[in-house]
Amino acid sequence: MQKIVENHEVIETVHLNENSYVLRLKSPVEIPEIHPGNFAEIQVPDTMGVFLRRPFSILDVNYKNREISFYIKAIGSGTQKLGELQPGMQVNLIYPLGNRYTIPQGLKRALIVGGGTGIAPFILLGKELKEKGIETTFLIGGRTSKDILLTDKFSEYGTIEVTTEDGSMGEKGFVTSHSLFNRNDFPFEYVYTCGPDAMMKAVGHLVTQKGVVCEASLENMMACGYGICLCCVTPTVEGNKRVCYEGPVFNVSYLKWQN
Amino acid sequence: MAKLSIKVHDLEFQNPVTVASGTFGFGEEMTKFIDLNKLGGIFVKGLTIHNREGNDYPRMAETASGMLNSVGLQNKGIDYFIKHIYPNIKDYNTHIIANVNGSTIEDYIAVTEKLNELDKVPAIELNISCPNVKQGGMLFGISCPSAIAVTDAVRKVYDKTLIVKLSPNVTDIAEMAKAVEGAGADSVSLINTLLGMAINAEKRKPVLSTITGGLSGPAIKPVALRMVWQVYKAVKIPVIGMGGIMNATDAIEFFLAGSSAIQVGTANFIDPAISLKIITGINEYLDRHNFDCVEDLIGALEV
Ligand SMILES: Cc1cc2nc3c(=O)[nH]c(=O)nc-3n(C[C@H](O)[C@H](O)[C@H](O)COP(=O)(O)OP(=O)(O)OC[C@H]3O[C@@H](n4cnc5c(N)ncnc54)[C@H](O)[C@@H]3O)c2cc1C
Ligand SMILES: Cc1cc2nc3c(=O)[nH]c(=O)nc-3n(C[C@H](O)[C@H](O)[C@H](O)COP(=O)(O)O)c2cc1C
Ligand code: FES
Repeated sequence: MQKIVENHEVIETVHLNENSYVLRLKSPVEIPEIHPGNFAEIQVPDTMGVFLRRPFSILDVNYKNREISFYIKAIGSGTQKLGELQPGMQVNLIYPLGNRYTIPQGLKRALIVGGGTGIAPFILLGKELKEKGIETTFLIGGRTSKDILLTDKFSEYGTIEVTTEDGSMGEKGFVTSHSLFNRNDFPFEYVYTCGPDAMMKAVGHLVTQKGVVCEASLENMMACGYGICLCCVTPTVEGNKRVCYEGPVFNVSYLKWQN
Repeated sequence: MAKLSIKVHDLEFQNPVTVASGTFGFGEEMTKFIDLNKLGGIFVKGLTIHNREGNDYPRMAETASGMLNSVGLQNKGIDYFIKHIYPNIKDYNTHIIANVNGSTIEDYIAVTEKLNELDKVPAIELNISCPNVKQGGMLFGISCPSAIAVTDAVRKVYDKTLIVKLSPNVTDIAEMAKAVEGAGADSVSLINTLLGMAINAEKRKPVLSTITGGLSGPAIKPVALRMVWQVYKAVKIPVIGMGGIMNATDAIEFFLAGSSAIQVGTANFIDPAISLKIITGINEYLDRHNFDCVEDLIGALEV
């Protein structure tokens, strides 16, 4: 797969709530094909204490306008700084990195489960599922209604279910307590998940118990993002694998998640 | 254009810019970014006699101008390398140099004997300085008698260029360099990572699964330069310098301190094409200062 390492121009940062924003960038070159699950390594400009690049899932891409966007939550110096970038400023990106969510032949109904910034890969995934005529349900979880973002986008590609811990939107509780897991018939043949580790583990456990395949996208700490440092590994049935290279998407039954 | 080729012992390098072990995989991943044939050499990821899974995640902590790692020599073992990796990389038009590791002297000998048979591996780098393994590794590199013992044992079974990689975690680096020179090393490379530690105050826990790890990146450059300079003055064999090299100016500084060649490490994680940019930058420097060849810079510090 062709990779690009290029300075991109900031088009805008759209703030969605106190700490989450969408960063829209323009590429100086044609954008190579991006698959759902792929990520980019972004170099944070001149910020004390930020030495390495930061990995982010690719939220959306417009090949014609050479636009690429990211959905980012400010949790530290790097993500704080990226949120303060002004239109016209330059940031250096490397992408596309990592593998992709797989869409098996003959799939009819898919469930996508996510929380927090873990929902970023789901626009591209939803788009592709829709193109293939697969019926998709998005189950998005958060602490309160304020955490439930981008659902207008997802509704273009499927139906939306929501859980919040305080019950301010959708069903009350965690994603795994949603009623759709308790129905006698579980109509989905494939489940995709991305979000906090604890959520993915719970979803993976629940779904594989039903005999359904589950793919999770991991967010381990990375130094390089392209397979050369071996810092980002996760234990699997075949030994330690690089989340940035063999992943970030893994079939959960391939993983040996420690609890 | 100035002449960039240099010699380490009797091995000629097309240019003095190589990449450091553990920071470039086995090169294969990097073909998507750069033409590997333009590099002076590739020091591939550390090899051991058997498969090693390495240490538990988390194995990395970002620090001020650098990072700690405790990868712990994850690799599939020498036989896997010979069978599955070597065939893919042996025809690159650059030197492939193997980084040899062991828990015992017997391990080092066994790995070296196998590498001695590989035509397209013209040199080995004996790593007696890995801080991230419980047995062997750095323990060999922090006392003169054990450094001598392992170098001497490997020298007896290795016919080609033998580079010994020194640990900075010692009181007197020049003594260590002299010791391995005496035991038959053709060259020394330095520095490996400095032993360090990171703490998450909120959680009151260490960041790394191994508590301590190896520090690399620009944070260690002043220490590395000082050690290269001390070693350059103490030994007659060529010195290969590394530690925090991020650009061509850093590389020039290492030549001035006495390096015949340099290795680019952690910088590869931030810019996959940095090694080639450094080659270009060295050329520009040589032209700008009217040097005919990079060799004239080696140890040319004016003091
Ligand atoms: C493949 C991949 C895709 C990602 N996609 C997105 C995305 O789409 N949107 C998004 O907002 N974030 C995403 N992340 C996470 C993002 O990379 C981190 O939030 C970011 O690196 C934090 O940088 P910082 O400088 O702001 O925080 P730092 O100052 O580096 O860290 C702040 C705190 O967060 C912890 N932390 C930082 N990174 C991680 C991590 N990866 N896992 C667990 N703890 C961490 C640190 O230990 C520290 O305590 C992704 C990560 C990976 C590996
Ligand atoms: C992630 C990582 C893995 C490393 N693995 C090895 C290794 O297998 N063998 C070795 O001799 N040195 C290893 N090193 C040390 C580097 O080769 C180099 O000596 C050190 O990082 C200093 O150079 P730098 O500051 O340019 O990175 C590793 C360094 C890093 C950061
Ligand atoms: S982050 Fe370097 S190998 Fe994955």
